[in-house]
Amino acid sequence: MPQVPLNLYLELSAVLFIIGVIGFLLRRNPITMLMAIELMWNAGNLAFIAFARNFIDMSGQVFAFLVITVAAAEAAIALAIVVMVFRRRENADVDDISVMRG
Amino acid sequence: MTVLFWICALVAIATGIWTISSRQPVHSVVGLIVNFAALAVLFLTLNADFLAMMQIIIYAGAILVLFLFVIALLTIGAEPIEQGRGRLAFQTAPSVVAGLAALLIMSAGLRVAWSQSASAPVLDLGSVATFGQQLLTTHVFAFEVTAFILLIAIVGVVMMAGRKELRF
Repeated sequence: MPQVPLNLYLELSAVLFIIGVIGFLLRRNPITMLMAIELMWNAGNLAFIAFARNFIDMSGQVFAFLVITVAAAEAAIALAIVVMVFRRRENADVDDISVMRG
Repeated sequence: MTVLFWICALVAIATGIWTISSRQPVHSVVGLIVNFAALAVLFLTLNADFLAMMQIIIYAGAILVLFLFVIALLTIGAEPIEQGRGRLAFQTAPSVVAGLAALLIMSAGLRVAWSQSASAPVLDLGSVATFGQQLLTTHVFAFEVTAFILLIAIVGVVMMAGRKELRF
C-alpha cells in the first residue's frame, strides 16, 4: 500500500489554516470567528501528527494532545465571554463591541 | 490509501469553506463536525489511533456541542429557521445519504489503520498503550500542564459566567 507523502499532508494543513485565517478575518459573527479558530487549531494538529508519523516520534502526537486541550479551554473561555457580552447587548457584530478595550 | 487521503482532503476543504461561508452559525457547526470527522480519518491514516478517537470525542462531541449550546442560548427568542414540514421532508434523503457516506469513509479509514497494524506490527506509533506510556513517562510535564490549563479554564469560566453583568 503506497504511503501518502508528507508534502500532501502539510499542504492540506496549510490550505485548512488559510481557510481558517480567511474566515477569521472576513466574518463578523464572533461564534463563526471562533469556529474559524478551531479550523486553524486542527490544521496545526494535522501538521504535528504528519510530522510524528514521518519521523516515527511520539512527541508530535503528545503535542497534538496538548493542542486539543488548549483548544477546549480556549473555546470554553471564549464562549463564556461571548455569552457574557451578548447578555448585555443584542447585537451580533464584533465591530460594535468595544467594552473590553484596553 | 491515496484515494482515501484525497477523499478526506476534499471533504475537509469543502466543509471548511462551508463553515466560514454559511450565514447561519448552526450550519457552520455542522460543517465543522464533518470537517473534524474527515480529519479524524486522516489521523487514522497517520497511525494516530488515540488522537483520532479524541478528535471525535472531544472536538466533535464536546466542543461543538458547547458551540451549539451557546448558539441556542443566544438565539433563544428568534424564530426557527425551518417552519412547516416541507423543508424537513426535503432534507431527509440528503441527510441519510450523507450519513451513509460518512460511515463508509470512517470504516475505510479504520480498515487502513487495521491493515497497517497487521502488516507492520513494529510501527505501534499512536495506539492507546504507546500514547499513554509516552504521556506518563517522557512527556509527563506536558500532562501536568494540561491539568493546569483545564483548571484555569474552569476557574475562568465560573468567574465570568457566574456574574450578572460586566464589571470593570
